[in-house]
Amino acid sequence: MKSKSTGVRFWIGAILFLAAMLAATQVIRNEYPFFAGYIILQFVVLAVAWSILGGYAGYVNFGTSAFFGMGVYTAVFLVKATGAPLAVQIAAAAGVGALLGFAVGLLTLRMQGIFFSIATIALTIIIETTVTNWRFVGGAAGIQIQRPPVTPPFDTYVQMLFFVQALLVVLAVAIARYIQRSWIGRGLQAIKDDELAAECTGVPTLRLKLLACVISGALMCAAGAPAAMYFQYADPSSAFNLNYSVSALAMSLIGGTAHWAGPVLGAILLGVTQQFLAVTISSEVNVLILGIMLVLFVVAAPEGLIGLIRKIGNWRAGRAT
Amino acid sequence: MFSFDLLLGAIVLGTLLGCFYAAVSIGLSVSFGLLDVPHVAHPAFLVLASYGVYLLNDRYEVDPLLAGLLITPLFFLLGLFVYRLYHETFERRGTDAAVRGIAFFFGVAFIVEVLIVLQFGVDQRSVTASYIGRSWRIGDLRIPIRQLVAFAVALSLTILLTLYLSKTFMGRAIRAVAQDQEALRLMGANPVRVKQWAFGIATAVLGIAGALLIIVAPVEPMLDRAYIGRTFCVVVLAGLGSMTGTLIAGIILGVAESIVLTMFGASWAPAIAFAMLLGVLAVRPQGLLGRRL
Amino acid sequence: MAVAESASPLLRINAVTKRFGGFVAVNNVSVDIRPGERFGLIGPNGSGKTTLINCISGAFRTEAGTVMFRGDDISRLPAHMRTRRGIARSFQIPRPFRSMTVAENLLVALDFTSLHGFASAVQRRDIVMSILMRTGLALKADVPTGNLSQVELRKMELARAMATHPKLLISDEAMAGLAGSEVDEVLDLLMKLASEDITIIMIEHIMQAVMRFSERVMCLDAGKIIAIGTPAEVMANKRVQEAYLGT
Repeated sequence: MKSKSTGVRFWIGAILFLAAMLAATQVIRNEYPFFAGYIILQFVVLAVAWSILGGYAGYVNFGTSAFFGMGVYTAVFLVKATGAPLAVQIAAAAGVGALLGFAVGLLTLRMQGIFFSIATIALTIIIETTVTNWRFVGGAAGIQIQRPPVTPPFDTYVQMLFFVQALLVVLAVAIARYIQRSWIGRGLQAIKDDELAAECTGVPTLRLKLLACVISGALMCAAGAPAAMYFQYADPSSAFNLNYSVSALAMSLIGGTAHWAGPVLGAILLGVTQQFLAVTISSEVNVLILGIMLVLFVVAAPEGLIGLIRKIGNWRAGRAT
Repeated sequence: MFSFDLLLGAIVLGTLLGCFYAAVSIGLSVSFGLLDVPHVAHPAFLVLASYGVYLLNDRYEVDPLLAGLLITPLFFLLGLFVYRLYHETFERRGTDAAVRGIAFFFGVAFIVEVLIVLQFGVDQRSVTASYIGRSWRIGDLRIPIRQLVAFAVALSLTILLTLYLSKTFMGRAIRAVAQDQEALRLMGANPVRVKQWAFGIATAVLGIAGALLIIVAPVEPMLDRAYIGRTFCVVVLAGLGSMTGTLIAGIILGVAESIVLTMFGASWAPAIAFAMLLGVLAVRPQGLLGRRL
Repeated sequence: MAVAESASPLLRINAVTKRFGGFVAVNNVSVDIRPGERFGLIGPNGSGKTTLINCISGAFRTEAGTVMFRGDDISRLPAHMRTRRGIARSFQIPRPFRSMTVAENLLVALDFTSLHGFASAVQRRDIVMSILMRTGLALKADVPTGNLSQVELRKMELARAMATHPKLLISDEAMAGLAGSEVDEVLDLLMKLASEDITIIMIEHIMQAVMRFSERVMCLDAGKIIAIGTPAEVMANKRVQEAYLGT
């Protein structure tokens, strides 16, 4: 019964969130909040998607940028080849991401620990190099993209992208939440704790990891697709920038990976800080903050913000009784 | 245009380059190969060393190689400190160490990158020395003297470290700690101390390696990212912890990159190390001369 | 007696060999385990006992030979498929899912092996509790596995194995490192499980326990069978005595 009522609350919350975002695009005239908000929402999707494989199953994926970049270039390719609308770009990117996740998973998920991580970096660079050498989508120099006219009720294209990314956030969180609470999540957690014991308890470890990799990859790719229209430009070294990988991982670890809310919190905290600092100081300081927070949290608060909140909760409960 | 001369040139230059790759990887061969520390920040420390050399060369006109030697004690201390921190926070706590250890070193790498940017800016930096900029001609082949210097130093460094690990007491203890910590403890040595010392050595070597890096070509703050692939490729291909293997693997990578560069152009070069790394991990994870994974 | 003889074996290990590099850990071992049998596996350290059960449970693939379970060749099956067919095991060094409670550890088994996948949360909880009751862990159901004592961890591993509904349970030194009274507790538990129609292979160093438990004992040395028979026969075997006392 309890799980049913939290389910209702979750969906009410999701609808309220989307309604608020939609209302904001109708009320606020200034473009800037949507420019910044889009980036934060994008990182929420990436962090939540990352945590499905990296958090639940404990496989530290450094390939976020590969999936993100493939999303960007799926959109670029479709726009250039067919002029497909945004929804098609995102759906196609999700499909490409799922396929890529399957291929990457087959190739790398038998490796463990750092070997898996390094293999995912390797794949990122190989894919980036391939795209760099692909003339049709602009090669190393990059490519300009024309935005089509905006669809009502939105006034500007950025507002629309902002709302689309908010939809992706709800989708990603709903999927992550479902996985966490289902047998899939329990299986992934068992894999994270002890892979051999999991296998001997009947968990089909490879298949489950593949599933996580496919879902996670599809979401990351989908999150990348609108970026082509957002920047109106794409080039391989920004689309496949390793910063996406480290950001997604840092946000998840800082938020805590035991609960779907962890990556959301982490992404909002880090994303807001970075947006703020990028305006006030410089983008280098951004990366510095990312690095320092990552190191601080893995050293001092291994369970992340979620862990800290739980600790405080326990401490309060302990004092109350 | 493919010709035999071109191929020969690529192989010669690739071999020189390969010894240089071995030199920048050999520290990782100790820290990751022997000690199992997921040291993704190794290339960042390498670039940091290059900037240290740049500073000494630019301000005080110290020869780059001498400058590299001068900063090794600092890097030794840095290594001791980093290992201590890693050990206290991850190895001792046990569970989940791999996951968070990798994240930790990536964070460290990012911090180092940005500190370099804040101090030196994003422009390329290079050093000056009498042997930089000149070259030596054999027929059609032009070999830059700096490549030869890097080659000679890299080779000696690798041989010295190999000798250290096989001939000295501490060196043998380091190799023992990789195989059987329990046996080492029975011999009366403290494995953590041995590992810390080994990590110090592995980091100290970066002083020289960083000098070679900036002698061979100008450096920029984000250069470490290209070297994550190269160094890990060399160490995994070598078979974790094998010093001879490191030299051979470095040469294989150098020749492969050099041939691809000649035949397909520079734009494919970044992927070579990673493609080889992936191939090795997928097909022969024990490496060329390796024994374990 | 004649019936028992003609009954097909539950597990048939046929000429199984496992090498690590040049080292032959298990060398051409063949043995049949009958349904309902209490089977003891002994041998000095490094004699290949754990390797053999890794080959049975699927943690390792065999180089040569076959493993037949209830008439089917399972040599090529991954470990989780073997678990689903009814082979469960415990580990020499306990391997709990550390981030979970005792009950959650058992739920993993329930989720992935049994027909209870579609059962309601309440029903599943009942199944878990009944297993914990039988293994004497009912009071520890909601305790994180990190807070368990050594003997409780051992029992938890057996309980988790039971939750996969095994036909064959392999207990790998479940009594190692336990005090005398705790050894008896675990031994009683295994006896009770055996009486519930589960075939059990017990690997053990504590000789008294093996002798009390087993109907049949097999002794491995250097990867080969050196004796097999009733406990008394095996103990009387000269080669077994040599292997244990050393040369």
